[in-house]
Amino acid sequence: MNISYQPEIFEFNTEQCLKVKKILACYPQDRKASAVLPLLDLAQRQSGGWLPRAAMDHVAEILEMAKIRVYEVATFYTMFNLEPVGEHVVQICTTTPCELRGAGSIMKTVREEIGVGPGETSKDGKFTLLEVECLGACVNAPMMQIGDYYYEDLDEISTRKILQAFRRGETPDPGPQNGRKGSEPVEGLTTLTHLTRG
Amino acid sequence: MLQDKDRIFTNLYGFQDWGIEGARKRGDWSGTRELIDKGRDWICEEIKSSGLRGRGGAGFPTGVKWTFMPKEPTGQPHYLVVNADEGEPGTCKDRDMMRNDPHKLVEGCLLAGAGMGANAAYIYIRGEFYTEAEHLQTAIEQAYNAGLLGKNACGSGMEFDVYLHRGAGAYICGEEMALIESLEGKKGQPRLKPPFPAMMGLYGCPTTVNNVETIAVVPTILRRGAGWFSSFGRENNTGTKVFCISGHVNHPCNVEESLSIPLKELIEKHAGGVRGGWDNLKAIIPGGSSVPMLPKTICEEVLMDYDSLREQHSGLGTAAVIVMDKSTDLVAAIARLSKFYKHESCGQCTPCREGTGWMWRVMERLVTGDAEIEEIDMLLEVSKQIEGHTICALGDAAAWPIQGLMRHFRDEVENRIRTKSRENFKAA
Amino acid sequence: MAKVTIDGKELEVPDGITVLQACELAGKEIPRFCYHERLSVAGNCRMCLVEVSPGPPKPAASCALPVGDGMKVKTSSPMVKKAREGVMEFLLINHPLDCPICDQGGECDLQDQSMAYGVGESRFRENKRAVPDKNIGPLVKTQMTRCIQCTRCVRFITEVAGVEELGATGRGENMEITTYVEKALSSELSANIVDLCPVGALTSKPYAFNARPWELSRTESVDAMDAIGSNIRIDSRGREVMRVLPLQNDEINEEWISDKTRYACDGLRRQRLDTPYVRRAGKLEPASWDEAFAAIKQRVNVIDGKKIAAIAGDQADCESMVALKDLMIKLGSTNIDCRQDGALIDTKSRSGYIFNTTIAGIEESDVCLLIGTNPRLEAPVLNSRLRKSWMTTGLKVGMIGMGYDLTYPYEQLGAGPQTLQEINQGKNSFRKYLDNAEKPMLVLGQGALVREDAFAVLHLAREIADQTGMVTENWNGFNVLHTAAARVGGLDVGFVPSNPNMSVSDVVAGAEMVYLLAADEISMGQLSSSFVIYQGHHGDAGAHVADVILPGAAYTEKSATFVNTEGRVQRGTKAVFPPGNAREDWTIIRALSDHLGHCLSYDSVGALRERMIEINDIFSMPNQIIPSRWGSFGADTGVSAKPFLNPIVNFYMTDPISRASETMANCTRDILGTEDKTGTDG
Repeated sequence: MNISYQPEIFEFNTEQCLKVKKILACYPQDRKASAVLPLLDLAQRQSGGWLPRAAMDHVAEILEMAKIRVYEVATFYTMFNLEPVGEHVVQICTTTPCELRGAGSIMKTVREEIGVGPGETSKDGKFTLLEVECLGACVNAPMMQIGDYYYEDLDEISTRKILQAFRRGETPDPGPQNGRKGSEPVEGLTTLTHLTRG
Repeated sequence: MLQDKDRIFTNLYGFQDWGIEGARKRGDWSGTRELIDKGRDWICEEIKSSGLRGRGGAGFPTGVKWTFMPKEPTGQPHYLVVNADEGEPGTCKDRDMMRNDPHKLVEGCLLAGAGMGANAAYIYIRGEFYTEAEHLQTAIEQAYNAGLLGKNACGSGMEFDVYLHRGAGAYICGEEMALIESLEGKKGQPRLKPPFPAMMGLYGCPTTVNNVETIAVVPTILRRGAGWFSSFGRENNTGTKVFCISGHVNHPCNVEESLSIPLKELIEKHAGGVRGGWDNLKAIIPGGSSVPMLPKTICEEVLMDYDSLREQHSGLGTAAVIVMDKSTDLVAAIARLSKFYKHESCGQCTPCREGTGWMWRVMERLVTGDAEIEEIDMLLEVSKQIEGHTICALGDAAAWPIQGLMRHFRDEVENRIRTKSRENFKAA
Repeated sequence: MAKVTIDGKELEVPDGITVLQACELAGKEIPRFCYHERLSVAGNCRMCLVEVSPGPPKPAASCALPVGDGMKVKTSSPMVKKAREGVMEFLLINHPLDCPICDQGGECDLQDQSMAYGVGESRFRENKRAVPDKNIGPLVKTQMTRCIQCTRCVRFITEVAGVEELGATGRGENMEITTYVEKALSSELSANIVDLCPVGALTSKPYAFNARPWELSRTESVDAMDAIGSNIRIDSRGREVMRVLPLQNDEINEEWISDKTRYACDGLRRQRLDTPYVRRAGKLEPASWDEAFAAIKQRVNVIDGKKIAAIAGDQADCESMVALKDLMIKLGSTNIDCRQDGALIDTKSRSGYIFNTTIAGIEESDVCLLIGTNPRLEAPVLNSRLRKSWMTTGLKVGMIGMGYDLTYPYEQLGAGPQTLQEINQGKNSFRKYLDNAEKPMLVLGQGALVREDAFAVLHLAREIADQTGMVTENWNGFNVLHTAAARVGGLDVGFVPSNPNMSVSDVVAGAEMVYLLAADEISMGQLSSSFVIYQGHHGDAGAHVADVILPGAAYTEKSATFVNTEGRVQRGTKAVFPPGNAREDWTIIRALSDHLGHCLSYDSVGALRERMIEINDIFSMPNQIIPSRWGSFGADTGVSAKPFLNPIVNFYMTDPISRASETMANCTRDILGTEDKTGTDG
């Protein structure tokens, strides 16, 4: 295993420490392990989008868990990246509902745009591309998640625009890219017509 | 057709304020205390007679489930755990409820908690739902600040806490025992039953796990009455339901409708019809990826409810309708689902760990036709070797889509194999 | 009791057992991989599926299903048969089927069960999965492609061994058993996972490719690497011990053995004394038995009998100790001692030097006070009982002595005898736990007895036992944990000086001749002016200072009696012959006695054992626990302030066999990260 990129130590910064406290308060005192997912998430955020081993060890220590139990968790859940990632993690859903609506062409577009395939990080370190399973936005397919946010109802053009904006350092507005607000039918409401003018 | 005045999720699309003020305007948190005051038995009875069945897929009567909880305090906490780990392909209804109407869920937690004698609720939301978690967290905080939750929730004298817990990417955590394991800080591997969660659930305490939608409709049912709710749909299939219509329709959308609405009507009325017209329809997966698909002929008549879909050897599942028109390579569509189940198998028990990968690999060959005809039967046998032999239902869920494909479109699979072998023969 | 019907046969079974257990009671064999009766239930392999009614119309995992009254179970219906075939097929699709080159071959559950329950043909046309092997230390070899993910190893390491170092990472078909960060398992019980692994994923590294099971002779025997007396099976081929495996004995070792018990056996092949030696002109030279005996006789003739001393080592058997004691009496000496580590043990009452609670009895205890002992290193198998008692019924543990990770929590109360005094005087907070306990116990280790104030420590401990109700009609919570297999036997045969206050250094002080019966752990410096006879099996410390060497037999090479720390008499069995001219130990002493003109009266092992019974009736009752009368022992002579020191530093090297073992040297290096500490340093 190439471990050269693994930092020696990890500790939560002051801001994160406050969050850790808040998170721990959600669970009974003798059930600290419950906080393992949220704490690993915090650690990943502090570490630039991936989870170094030292961070897992630190979480194990805080939660009084055996390290191996934390490793098991970190390798089980897909949201934890165990190797360094680019500045923006682009996750394209290719499960059937998205596939039916053209996820394949979105994947192709993204590959062209950032120059790497799934599981890889672009040379400039801006993007890491991941092919993922259903993200639960199926009526807004095809879609991708960049960082924490969903970009939905994509087509080739909107996909390129979004990636280019990220490359420029902007954060484009997430959500449907075809003009609708959410999951309503795009051409005219069939329900809630008199209630939605809020 | 269901009228807007009878829709529960009046901010489904998020055009209005999702915060507490908007929620109050839509009628949430009104008279909550009075509902709590009516007592646990009344709440349970009301939910029972409303006919509400679990909206997460299994369709178990909700009121009955709540009565499995201990009648008296046991000296340990009792928990309501809300399953917000929405991840069944095709399904995105809970997402809308949580980002656009989170107070319905929060209030639902309190009332359901009162109905089952729970002391606290954990809402386990899938990790990818970041915005949804933010809204929900804000809604919870708003409710605490307004005295609706906490030591003296809504002034009822009842102490009730609601916590939000974010997952981290594992479909299997939508299975209730896996969800509990995950919430305890472990891998999401389903626990063996018995013991059932109502006896030994979260932290070994009595626990009920309910889907987001199930809990979010509770306040409205209690306010408007069991009779109102049960007036929609058919007997044993009552109430309203949020449907997700995805795939090859003109206007994919989520919509709240009456249960038992004909599938065709649902699609034509709300989703702008099948792409290229109804006659361009090939097949529909009516209840999320785990249920077997239906060919067009059945889709013409079938009603969107538990019983009528069951009669057709499929299921209502999460009521996520995945529409596939004639351009669809059904074998590839199902092969992609097989890959999904392979990817999401927790790996704990043998048939699922080994079988999902096997089925996916055979399916991939069926996509190209690079297989023998006999392998179709073998694949079906393998699916039967998984079905019913695993700890949780993921094994079944992986088996059914393939069984559905072969039940209705076996010819198509066989033809592809024959074509391929002819091509190979020519090439040779 | 619940009434169940299994394959048409009605029977009553205890409530709360599983369907699998009920089927076994009905004499039905249920195949399984993940289920193990000493581990938690995982229910993951799905091999034990049976048909149960009432219930859903699908098979149920019998290992995880509690029996219910009126249940009807079918164990070989078409549904069950089909289900098993299915599971078997799934287990095999990604299994490499490399049985011909697999060390598990011939004793593999997967192999056996696929013969019994499989269909014999594979329909799997895809590529098989390959899984990278893991390095988890010098003892357990991994071939992870063979793994069927039953998680027995993970559960054992977590639950029984109590070192959470092994897990299953990843998910689905990518799930792997691993330590994740490469590391040698640190448990002293780690290699039990080799036995637990139902396939060839975890095999024995030192034994790799050495032998096939059907080539081996199996001998049931008793271990001598610690004082537990674990029951073992010695597998040998020709004159060589190939491996040591545990035998099940629920009262002693359940079905576990320590890594030293299992793996020190390669030390039996190295540095062996296979011929007598006589020191001539300062150099040890090979000699015949007659020459060796003659050299001894020459000296005996000119030495006053009172100036002869005999010390028995930690692996000496009772037969040879009795023979040597009798010889010493004939020579006129009472300078004998089996407490070579310098421990002062009062032999006035047997209850004062054995583990009265018994090993299995630990499970009944609710509060335990450890005094000058590190049971994890001194008796890993016994320590796993303490852990089990903590896991199942919450045993509360207090410790006086050196702290260590014992694999269960304990309260550190103090370092030395003054803490004992505090408890005795009711001044220590732990006292209330002892007072309130139903079945309290205390364990005195050798660390509390290898000291000048040992009798006072014994006295204090005895007082605490009395005051806190440790000794009742049905319970005796007073325990001494020994580290030497020979020790209790030595005490039982009276291999101690006539004055019990004398320690081993007093015994050898001024001796002109010292007979070391496999004693290698005494300070050899004090023997520099004595004529030293070393009788033993290894060229270790004793042989180096010897003037005459008499080559004896190791514990695997003789039929000999050992008494374990509980006071349980057990008989080992000869698995192989001692090498070369070496002989079983009691016969050497018998022959020597003849040479010296003090012929011992017994000329068969049977007659010798009669003599043993004459000395101590306990030898007539092998394999049993004979409760000892609660007599008086110890002396109220005041304690020192010195802290208790644990005798074992390096678990892997404590005796001549383990010190000669390459495997134990590897463990020392790879697990402890040190090169040549010996076990009895400190």
